[in-house]
Amino acid sequence: MAGRLGLDTPSSLAAHRDQHGPLPTLPKRHGGSPGGLVDEVERAGLRGRGGGWFPTHLKLRAVVKSSHERGRLSRTRQPVVIGNAMEGEPASSKDEVLLAASPHLVLDGIQAAAQTVGATDAFLAVHRGSPSIGVLERALYERAAARVDDVPITLVTPPARYVSSEESALSHWVGDGIGTPVYPDRPFQRGAAGRPTLVQNAETLAHMALIARHGGSWYSTVGAASAPGTTLVTVGGGVARPGIVEVPTGTSVADILALCGGPTGPIRGYLTGGYGGGWVAGSGFDAVAWDPDSVRNAGGVIGASILWAVDETTCPLEEMARVAAWMAGESAGQCGPCMFGLPTVADDVRALALRQFDEPGMKQLRTRLGLITGRGGCKHPDGTARFVSTGLAAFDDEVALHLDGRCSVVGRRPVTDAHALPVPPVRLTAMDPDGRDFE
Amino acid sequence: MTSTTTQQAAAVLALDPIRCDGRGLCHDAAPHLIELDEWGYPVLPGGTVRANIAKSDLAAARDATHACPVLALHLEKPPPPR
Ligand SMILES: Cc1cc2nc3c(=O)[nH]c(=O)nc-3n(C[C@H](O)[C@H](O)[C@H](O)COP(=O)(O)O)c2cc1C
Ligand code: SF4
Ligand code: SF4
Repeated sequence: MAGRLGLDTPSSLAAHRDQHGPLPTLPKRHGGSPGGLVDEVERAGLRGRGGGWFPTHLKLRAVVKSSHERGRLSRTRQPVVIGNAMEGEPASSKDEVLLAASPHLVLDGIQAAAQTVGATDAFLAVHRGSPSIGVLERALYERAAARVDDVPITLVTPPARYVSSEESALSHWVGDGIGTPVYPDRPFQRGAAGRPTLVQNAETLAHMALIARHGGSWYSTVGAASAPGTTLVTVGGGVARPGIVEVPTGTSVADILALCGGPTGPIRGYLTGGYGGGWVAGSGFDAVAWDPDSVRNAGGVIGASILWAVDETTCPLEEMARVAAWMAGESAGQCGPCMFGLPTVADDVRALALRQFDEPGMKQLRTRLGLITGRGGCKHPDGTARFVSTGLAAFDDEVALHLDGRCSVVGRRPVTDAHALPVPPVRLTAMDPDGRDFE
Repeated sequence: MTSTTTQQAAAVLALDPIRCDGRGLCHDAAPHLIELDEWGYPVLPGGTVRANIAKSDLAAARDATHACPVLALHLEKPPPPR
């Protein structure tokens, strides 16, 4: 199937218009009822591509309801839309690739979402220093010159911190300039500057722009019934041609790997979804369909649609230790089980990878993984705990070897860069003491 | 530690984990209801930041909320029975 998201097209507004035509005029929000697009989004069965795969129409309706609840639309209850192209997952580059080729599809999606929920302000967030900034500045300039947008769209660049891309943190940054997660209000209730805020992933918004043009029934003709459409998969590790592919949801893992030139050798296991995702053992997983429900039934997490193959040249426990140390340093330092629990867990995994660990340590590690789950202000500790606990299960043979002072990989050729999970510089403390790290 | 099903819950004990700074005064006030983890932070019945509280534990839960110096703990109405 040819891709829908135009990954091979030039990024100019003229090229975008040639290919897709203008964004149709949409029935706007009226009082407590959202604009007409919400029904098409529901018909399409669109689910968010930022990691949670939450039904998009429910979020659109929740924002409208929340902003209408206290009667008339006061200025302080006017909704805000934030496009999330932060791409906090280091192993993902789907949003960057999407923005490089089809920035106007994402911006159309923001526009369509804003009209649907009656937003008066709209933002697109990419992390500070992102390679997408140039293409987006150009695209916004083109749109301003052509007067495309009813609701102005502002490009914002919050800090490049993992948890700053979580939706309450993003709303916090847009409202107050601080990119830390907020508890307990969810953005649709009280988001940026206390206003009901819709946060959608950049790819979700591009799909919305297509639904606005072609309708929900057209949209759902492709992909798995439980999560229709296509998905941008970031494929990496032990494959011949790592990169981004657009496939219908429900495509088999084997077919996705084949699009990337196939595995470079026997695959021991896969990291699914990213560093907040989960590991699965290699055998049998290539038959699994790549959609949220099938991947979950197979023990993984589709998350941000990352599929990373670990072959026999890499020690999976060493990979886990490097990532766990990074995740620990990405805590926002606000909640005890996160700021103290994650470094403790990361130290345990490091000791295991270094073959300096024992059975009592393992038992304590499992207890700690249970204890840090479900007790943070955001899901960062839960994702980290899942990353570690699923890895211990998927590579239980390697864990046993390490507890015995051995490793199946030592003595083989060293990890090549292309096969190592990308880990940004590790922070040793959760944040700088003044909190300035997140401004 | 007492946990209870939704039907019997008299209240929900809710912890704001961002506000909580782990002095453990809530545990001192209601040791059978609130444990502390190895880092000194409270663990509510059920292990998340929201716990259903049975009528018999309501007084202890209230003591815990009153003990917290930073207002990180409070009692909410129980979820409606389904
Ligand atoms: C620690 C953490 C990091 C996240 N990073 C991202 C991210 O980089 N990009 C993104 O779109 N969503 C990210 N999310 C999910 C967002 O909170 C939010 O659910 C999402 O942007 C909603 O968009 P969607 O409904 O279109 O998926 C993250 C969540 C957590 C807990
Ligand atoms: S759980 Fe961690 S990352 Fe999330 S709000 Fe608390 S300290 Fe910040
Ligand atoms: S008394 Fe309050 S601040 Fe102290 S540990 Fe308990 S909830 Fe946290």
